[in-house]
Amino acid sequence: MKQLYVLIVFAFLLLVGCTTVPEGLLRPSEDYLEMRQLQMRKYDTTEQEMIMSSVVGVLQDLGFTLDESESELGLIVASKKADAKKPAAVAGALFLDILSAIGDGYSGTSSTGPSLTSQQDATQLVRASVITQNSLDGDKIVVRANFHRIVYNFNNEINKMETIKEPDIYQNFYDKLSKAIFLEAHKI
Amino acid sequence: MKNMKMRFFVLFVGIIVVTGCATTTTNKAFQTSESQVQLRSIQTRAFDMTDKTAMMQAVISTLQDLDFVIEKADYVVGSVTGSKFHGSKIVKITVTVRPRGNKQLLVRANAQYGIYAMDCPEDYQDFFITLGKSLFLKAHKVD
Repeated sequence: MKQLYVLIVFAFLLLVGCTTVPEGLLRPSEDYLEMRQLQMRKYDTTEQEMIMSSVVGVLQDLGFTLDESESELGLIVASKKADAKKPAAVAGALFLDILSAIGDGYSGTSSTGPSLTSQQDATQLVRASVITQNSLDGDKIVVRANFHRIVYNFNNEINKMETIKEPDIYQNFYDKLSKAIFLEAHKI
Repeated sequence: MKNMKMRFFVLFVGIIVVTGCATTTTNKAFQTSESQVQLRSIQTRAFDMTDKTAMMQAVISTLQDLDFVIEKADYVVGSVTGSKFHGSKIVKITVTVRPRGNKQLLVRANAQYGIYAMDCPEDYQDFFITLGKSLFLKAHKVD
């Protein structure tokens, strides 16, 4: 009788499989209108080329390198590697590692698993995609930028991946862009 | 004795479950869960417009509304590729735009979640509804 149950369970597993993909991945999130506000700016010009080269200029100012561009669609993709160390967190982890090493020394055992220090954030890869296109009424240019980042630890493993949603990051980008457009317009 | 036989049988079934049939892992990369026709009908919609640039720009802004960062786009091929993160998994999507006759544009999207192909009709339904809204157009199912 027991075996029969086992067989039935097996059969079920084979038939049902697992639903692995979570729902609603291609549905806009609740805060998408807010994100739009954050990521979009309108400029009173119709010179798309000028805006695009200003965008490239700003990305270069920020230390990004270009990965991809498609002028027909006004797309620019750029990325940058940067430091992601949080000194306080690293120091804390190092302290704990030293404590555990001392503890191991006393008990004569060795702790398993990677050290806490090597688990801390070390570097990050930030990717930006910027689109410039004509507004619906056609007399303005709309720029939309979005950023995401991948954070690696000291072992070069991925610690976290996220969309960047901090308002000041976008604010800073557009402040620089406005300046760049001014400089570009005056050929500086 | 009968009990013993049963045990062997269970073991046998167990081994088959674990080892599977003789598929190499190369084959695994080319397997799909839906038929070619079904997959196309899930992933494709036709729109009553002919401006390819406008459609591609709408696709790009829809993807950005869905939190995707655009990685690549090519006007001639009509393709846009983007990715976003969901927990520790990467969601990747490619959308292609091409003309259908001289009155419509055909849009096809295909997406992947981690190592899994997204073949659930509802997901694509969501995508095309969002795209349609940004174009003020209705998406037509394609047979």
